[in-house]
Amino acid sequence: MDFQLLLVILVDGLVYSSYLFLVAVGLTVIFGVQKVLNVTHGSFFTFGAYAAAYFIGIWYEAELPDFGGFAIIFLSAAVLGVVLGVIIERGLLKFLYDRDEHIVVLATFAAFLVLEDVVILIWGTSPYLAFQPMALLGISEIGGLVFDNYNLSMIAVSFIIAFILWYGLNRTRYGKKLLAVIFDREMSEEMGINVTSVFLTTFIIGTFLGALGGAYLAPTISVQPGIGVEVVVLAFAVVVIGGMGSIPGALIGSIIVGVSRAAAVHLFPAVELFVIYAIMALVLCIRPEGLFTPIKARRI
Amino acid sequence: MKRLFDNTFWGLTAGLIALLALNFVIEDWMRNIGLQSLARGSVAIGLLILWRTGLVSFGHALFFGTGAYTVAVMQLMGLNDIVLLAAAGTLSAGLLAYLLGFLLRKYRAIFFALLNLAFSMILYGVLAKLESLGSTDGIGIHYTGFLGYHPEEEAYQITLFVFALIFAWLAAVGAHWYLKSTLGMMTMAVRENEIRVEYLGYSAERAIHFKYVISGLLAGLGGVIMALTIGHVDPDSMVYWPVSGDFVFITILSGTGNVGATFIGALVYELLRTYAFEYAPDIWQLILGGSLLLIIMFLPDGLWSIGAEWRKRRAGRSASRQAAE
Repeated sequence: MDFQLLLVILVDGLVYSSYLFLVAVGLTVIFGVQKVLNVTHGSFFTFGAYAAAYFIGIWYEAELPDFGGFAIIFLSAAVLGVVLGVIIERGLLKFLYDRDEHIVVLATFAAFLVLEDVVILIWGTSPYLAFQPMALLGISEIGGLVFDNYNLSMIAVSFIIAFILWYGLNRTRYGKKLLAVIFDREMSEEMGINVTSVFLTTFIIGTFLGALGGAYLAPTISVQPGIGVEVVVLAFAVVVIGGMGSIPGALIGSIIVGVSRAAAVHLFPAVELFVIYAIMALVLCIRPEGLFTPIKARRI
Repeated sequence: MKRLFDNTFWGLTAGLIALLALNFVIEDWMRNIGLQSLARGSVAIGLLILWRTGLVSFGHALFFGTGAYTVAVMQLMGLNDIVLLAAAGTLSAGLLAYLLGFLLRKYRAIFFALLNLAFSMILYGVLAKLESLGSTDGIGIHYTGFLGYHPEEEAYQITLFVFALIFAWLAAVGAHWYLKSTLGMMTMAVRENEIRVEYLGYSAERAIHFKYVISGLLAGLGGVIMALTIGHVDPDSMVYWPVSGDFVFITILSGTGNVGATFIGALVYELLRTYAFEYAPDIWQLILGGSLLLIIMFLPDGLWSIGAEWRKRRAGRSASRQAAE
């Protein structure tokens, strides 16, 4: 195997990993705290992609400052995080926390179906293109190969988000509260933690991350109906491989999936999809809790 | 062993006879809806059987797709008779379930659901790349023969519906008798307390494995019926994950109270889907998802619970009347 092929696999793999991480981390945050396997996450991604593509289109048509496109990406994800997060958590999940976990998954599947059509009602069925931010960053040459800087920036964004989440969880007061809720919901409630507000805040953060995944990816793809369907099941695979509810797990899981998919694409294109779910099944067989399982509280 | 020929048996048989008679007067599109309901209903019975143990599969499109693609493969090999196709599709799905069962019987709760999802997505990944079976475009299914009889046009649809009805009836009665048997009842005990079941001397894992194979067989049968009804199989409409989601949807909609209710649930789902698609093509998923949410919120035990509630109320009323007298 020559060096260039290896480099392509590595860079493509990391770019794909960072995209997977952006999508999967929100899912794992929500699962970690609320124990909800949230199919609606695919819709958050779709909404993020559509909102970003739509407003980027308007922004550049009005010939406003070039780098505003990036502000739009983060802003639309933040607004969507609050709006969709509150609607889904307060309007739906709130009523289901004491129900069977499968019912909750199915309820989020139902909400996913609803939101798929809401997207079409708002933005129609024709595809949106928002290539400007990608064109803006240009390209760079590594080892004789050409890469888009925008794609490379995704790797940086992922690491920044991973760091912020790690810091927030382990080094802040809110993080401590969150860990307490994860460990023992009832006990932390007794200790005066407002679990309702912790749940809502976490859900908004998770929604924001899902929408950000879509918004940041929007310039690199053609935004059209149905993009969320594939994303949510990929995010499931990543989260299962890494360990449901674990942030380092999501990071490692996305790197494993991303690099192995890139290797498959360049070496054996026929097994591209197969390989991801084969890894998922393999991990479930060997370590059903995932490679990085968050510590579970021992109840006495 | 309890009575074999109980109300459910006679209800299913009455339904079979009524539909066999109706078959000759209804329109083609109604027959199509009926066939699709039978196909999805069969899969949902398999899910009901698993649900009784507290297990939910998010990947039964795996067996559904196996059954459907077996039809395509058999036809490519030149074997084309409905009994042969149904047997091959059902058994190949059952065999797959038997093999995977050795692994899956160790899993519970969300891990069981997700491992099923992973396996179904593996099959999806394989089929989407398999050129010889049409990859993502899928492959057409030809008219099949019926024990040497080769009808055309409407006669074909009528005969197909007759056979599908008989297959579904056999599946439903078999599933009902299984659930009433000791082995079937025991799996409800597994849901309540697995350790106690083990202490009583039964193997919970073996009971779950058995259930899993049955659910695989039923899903395979559903796939065969669906492939012959649509006349086309492709990975997106047979094996992708939303297909599995639809099956769980039907199970919730019907409730897990009775095997017969599953076909009613499947019919309601099919009507909902068809009419939503017909009259509101832009928001048909919204209508489906919205109905599912309403069911989850307000009718947690499914459509079957409406009847049960009504019977309970009537019984309560007559009891209070007797007390008054």
